[in-house]
Amino acid sequence: MWEYTDKTKDHFLNPRNVGVVENADGVGEVGSMACGDALKLTFKLDENQRIKEAKFQTFGCASAIASSSALTEMIIGLTIEEAEKVTNEQIAQFLGGLPKEKMHCSVMGRDALEKAIACYRGEAAKKIDGEVVCECFGITDLEIKRVVLENNLATIEEVTDYVKAGGGCGKCHEKIQTIIDDLTGLQKSEKKKAAPMTNIQKIKLIEETLRREVKPALEKDGGNIELVDVDGSRVLVTLRGTCATCSKSQITLKNYVEFKLRELVADDLVVEEV
Amino acid sequence: MKMKVIYTDNNATTQVDPAVLSEMLPYLEQYYGNPSSMHTFGGQVARKITEARAKTAALLGAKPEEILFTSCGTESDSTAIRAAIASNPDKRHIVTTRVEHPAVKNLCEQLAKGGYRITFVPVDRNGALDLDLLYKSLTNDTAIVSIMWANNETGVVFPIEEIAAEVRSRRIVFHTDAVQAVGKLPINLGKLDIDMLSLSGHKIHAPKGIGALYIRKGTKFAPFLIGGHQESGRRGGTENVASIIALGKACELAGANLHEENTRVKELRDRLENALLKKVHKAFVNGGTEKRLPNTTSIAFEYVEGEAILLMMNEFGICASSGSACTSGSLEPSHVLRAMGVPFTAAHGSIRFSLSIYNTQAEIDFIVEKLPPIIARLRELSPFWKSAVA
Repeated sequence: MWEYTDKTKDHFLNPRNVGVVENADGVGEVGSMACGDALKLTFKLDENQRIKEAKFQTFGCASAIASSSALTEMIIGLTIEEAEKVTNEQIAQFLGGLPKEKMHCSVMGRDALEKAIACYRGEAAKKIDGEVVCECFGITDLEIKRVVLENNLATIEEVTDYVKAGGGCGKCHEKIQTIIDDLTGLQKSEKKKAAPMTNIQKIKLIEETLRREVKPALEKDGGNIELVDVDGSRVLVTLRGTCATCSKSQITLKNYVEFKLRELVADDLVVEEV
Repeated sequence: MKMKVIYTDNNATTQVDPAVLSEMLPYLEQYYGNPSSMHTFGGQVARKITEARAKTAALLGAKPEEILFTSCGTESDSTAIRAAIASNPDKRHIVTTRVEHPAVKNLCEQLAKGGYRITFVPVDRNGALDLDLLYKSLTNDTAIVSIMWANNETGVVFPIEEIAAEVRSRRIVFHTDAVQAVGKLPINLGKLDIDMLSLSGHKIHAPKGIGALYIRKGTKFAPFLIGGHQESGRRGGTENVASIIALGKACELAGANLHEENTRVKELRDRLENALLKKVHKAFVNGGTEKRLPNTTSIAFEYVEGEAILLMMNEFGICASSGSACTSGSLEPSHVLRAMGVPFTAAHGSIRFSLSIYNTQAEIDFIVEKLPPIIARLRELSPFWKSAVA
């Protein structure tokens, strides 16, 4: 059972400011049901440009509801400039702290607030560009970099606790580690440059990698893969079993099969289904 | 004021039966001898272990010498699977399912890293096994098939009798994790083709820290814990005497209570399930209801999150569990519900009630009274609810 503070329990059992502000000046929505939590924040300003009213609707666990409730209490009475300085750490502190696995609930609050402020200013919701690192939860490298820097995170587990990235299938752990290492100044030892391979050697190594690394993983889900041909840097394959009909197979092909082959055989390989 | 607890989380653990406790206590207080000792003081303890072994065997329709006492269900599972692969060193394939308890699932994933090929047989939307795929996956390289008898989260019961017969006909070792089935379903191993079966004491009103593994006579075996001659050399280590005696008593009681489990407890479960489905819209049962444990129901409440439900029920002293991500510390909902293809939106709001003979109708009616307003309240909080019912 989670060790929630009395204040967290109170904000969960007696949430403040539930609902939607009518004719809101700012609306921010983050998360989704598939992700397990979601928050809709609305606020309205008074004549002095201070937040007069703030309300929330949350789908999620006790700490998600409590963080949302806390956020509304924290921002009422603030100017936009003051509100935009609220950090996820402050939301957690307001509740007397959150279990580390639940820190992402406070980050969700901060994200919703930012979106609502952007909406008020008429800016297109701050676009979070960057490359999606965690496919399961749709988290980009920029989002990960931000929490790592703001909260001094040092491990993959911590990143997962704060933004969920890496909490699903786990395939992105290596990328997350690289981001952490880059930011903390630790350069990973340079990838060993392999001596140039002959075509035969390359095909053998691709076959071997598919057999040892890729097939067992696909078979776990009832799928399979066959090597058809290797044409320069193009690796031609067919998917079988459940992979053949799976809607995610293209993601598997690019993000997993290609990734593995690039990692273990050659950087320039491109996997294609025939 | 101490709040009354309404305990409907018996697939997690159970209350120790008072008769079990009084049976074991003397072996913690007065009779602390070592059953391996030559003196009467120790020797008298050994006789009680023999008695417990006979009672455990009787519940399963097995012979006493086929029962090995372990420390828990997980140890029984590990022992069985490791024994099978150690006895078949040339075989590198294991067949199991996608909905096993972590005791089997995580061990198999570990073995996969060590070079074993694992077939995780899928289930359908009702939680039923793809038997065709299961049988097709069996080869000469298969060292063991390990399939749970009943699922801990949904209560769905697999056709173990049929599967065991088919696996046996291929001369492959068959193990079943029957931790949830024992005491809830009649089991007669003397008539079945099961080679090894795991059970756990604390699921049948014995204390935590005691389990057993049935090993059919003639099954090749290799010990997991190497040490002294205890358990006929199949598990080293001084016996957990009091708990073994407790397990024997619990097995005796489980046999006597089997009828009540399948009548009164089942009726209570059905009453709870039917009433909740009637009172709460957008709720459904996870898993097929035909072949299911008599005490278990897993209900998905759409548009709400399980941890929030559990903590609000907790305010009324109601204990249950959830397939939600947030309760487990992981971020994804239970692997069982995902394997069944339950949408994430419903899996996050899945609550499991698992009853026991200690539950009363008044308790069930109390849950039926308290839970629907909790769901309604959380749905009011949810940004998705209005558009879902609009």
